Amino acid sequence: MLLSPYPTPGERIRVALLWLWCGLVILFLLVPILIPVPLSFNSGAFFIFPLEGLSTRWYEVVLGTQRWQSAIGNSLIVAFGTTLIATTLGTLTAIALSNEKFPGRRIVMPLLLSPLIVPVVITAVGSYLFYARVGLASTYAGIILAHTALASPFVVVTVGASLTGFDRNLMRAAAISGAKPLTAFFRVMLPLILPGVLSGAAFAFVTSFDEVVVVQFLASAGQRTMPLEMFIGLREKLSPAITAAATLMMALSIVLLVVANLLARRGQGRRAAAG
Amino acid sequence: MSALLPSELDRPALARGRSAADADPRSVSAALRRAEFGDRLRTLALAAPLLLLLALSFGIPIVLLLSRAVYDPTIADALPRTSVALADWNGQGLPGDAAFIALAADLSENQAKGAAYELAKALNARLPGARSQVLKTVRQLEAAGGKPPLDIMKAVPFWSAPGTWPVIANGTHAITSFYLLSALDLRWNADGGIERVPPEQAIFLQVFLRTFFVAAAVTLATLLLGFPLAYLISSVPKGLAAILIVAVLLPFWTSILVRTAAWTVLLQKFGLVNDLLLWLGIASERLDLMYSRIGLIIAMTHIQLPFTLLPIYSVMRTIAPSQMKAAYSLGAKPFTAFRRVYLPQVFPGVMAGCLLTFILCLGYYITPALIGGASDQLISNFIANYVNVELNWEMAAALSFILLVFTLALFGIFARILGLDRLKMV
Repeated sequence: MLLSPYPTPGERIRVALLWLWCGLVILFLLVPILIPVPLSFNSGAFFIFPLEGLSTRWYEVVLGTQRWQSAIGNSLIVAFGTTLIATTLGTLTAIALSNEKFPGRRIVMPLLLSPLIVPVVITAVGSYLFYARVGLASTYAGIILAHTALASPFVVVTVGASLTGFDRNLMRAAAISGAKPLTAFFRVMLPLILPGVLSGAAFAFVTSFDEVVVVQFLASAGQRTMPLEMFIGLREKLSPAITAAATLMMALSIVLLVVANLLARRGQGRRAAAG
Repeated sequence: MSALLPSELDRPALARGRSAADADPRSVSAALRRAEFGDRLRTLALAAPLLLLLALSFGIPIVLLLSRAVYDPTIADALPRTSVALADWNGQGLPGDAAFIALAADLSENQAKGAAYELAKALNARLPGARSQVLKTVRQLEAAGGKPPLDIMKAVPFWSAPGTWPVIANGTHAITSFYLLSALDLRWNADGGIERVPPEQAIFLQVFLRTFFVAAAVTLATLLLGFPLAYLISSVPKGLAAILIVAVLLPFWTSILVRTAAWTVLLQKFGLVNDLLLWLGIASERLDLMYSRIGLIIAMTHIQLPFTLLPIYSVMRTIAPSQMKAAYSLGAKPFTAFRRVYLPQVFPGVMAGCLLTFILCLGYYITPALIGGASDQLISNFIANYVNVELNWEMAAALSFILLVFTLALFGIFARILGLDRLKMV
């Protein structure tokens, strides 16, 4: 498609240059995310190629020392809490917004998306100021609440997308057949939009698991999460343990987001099949 | 009038089927409206928990923070007697002796309460150099012996200097424009006009300009790198395009912190980028890329590239290749066809990608904090610094206010020209 059936030399050169440029851009995109992976298996204590030897000692540091273990534990507590609340409330909200009778959707939608647009430092500093007054600073509840604000837009958007193809007549049919609204939701609607809900949950989990700025302001010393431990480590001294932590975080994010996207696509595929 | 009472007009009653003749048509429409109103309420109730939670965890904190930019009661609370004494001062020259005596009494009381340092800091924020003068006067008042407070106050030249009393009088109003003006390097002058602060005190305009410069440089770089790649992906066969898209999405899905960490490794003096530059002969010695502007822009470009590329790609995908062929067959040269046929159609995607990247760059915090040097810190870093180090909430709030205004204004342009739908990248 790039070359016409009878390409001129000038055209060949242009296309070759395009490929060359794009090849370099792809190297630029991929090399930085791949580079921590081999370094994390380095047996030496420096970030220098060639590697001094292969070892898993930095993974042992990350998975085996108390400091990192508590960080991983905190990250999991916060991310699971955020996922639970954001997915539940976000799904309800997406269902409400998909109803054309919802009043003021044009106002509510930008408000719901605003946590994505407001610079995260402003969110973090504001939360710190307010939560300190109401006793939520330095609590897991406070961090989870602040993360829920950041994560819920993803749930609302993903579940909303899976709902655009949902046929509301199915709910009417369930009601006519005598199902109570809650039964109809769990037996009819939820199974059909489940891919969207799960994909929203995965987005929420990753959003919370990767977040560092809000945690930096809200967490006490005992509540440091994995990203915060990394951030502090990068500021103070570079230890190869950071490359191991980065590799673990990257692997988790990528696996979850691949799953989330496949689920979202599947949810929309059903929509196409149903429509 | 109809005998139908509103209470009968629930849906089961309608479902049982009254004949149309029974019902006054207006009542039926009222019943429908009522039922619809109930539906609306139910849908609103479904959304209410999240909306309430967002108001609590996100809305109130931001409103509270922004209010700190214009509301600062520290000085007013610390100087109640002075506030009263200054109530009928016209702002010209020096106030009467009563004001000096009132201020001395307020200062002594603050010292007794242990709040003198707070007051000194608040005054110092508005009047550089005030901190030491306040603390000095407070100590002298404490050690006064039998000396009248008025003499002590008059003996310190600071309290009779021309700029001091207007600042105190201004501070006794809890609502203040001082911090917002400061955030733009402006201040009130003695005649009640607004002027620029002296160059040695002006820092924030430079920070805003720097933030805009970095954001613009990153946006331009992502466009230069992203546009050709988006074009390539949209014109190769499907299978290859899928592979190339994965190359864009893999970094997109990796957290900003992890990618910043990777760049700190790469940009080290003995890191891979320096190795490569030496090997290629581009540089003759190892460069300091860490803690430099160029390193910051490189890392931010890497992180933002997918945000610029994906909206462009999503538009390019919809353009049929036959259009370009048609342009060629009509005799257009490649560049003309590109400029007159392709570019106008791709333009909304380019706008969306560039605006998105620009908006996101304005709020960057992690990458400048880790990769930028002291003179590469962006506005977000200054906000964090005012909270963490200087404990000056008002200044942090004022800078947040201005950053938020810029961000929302640009976002308003985005939403108006391009629509919110283009934001859905997931």
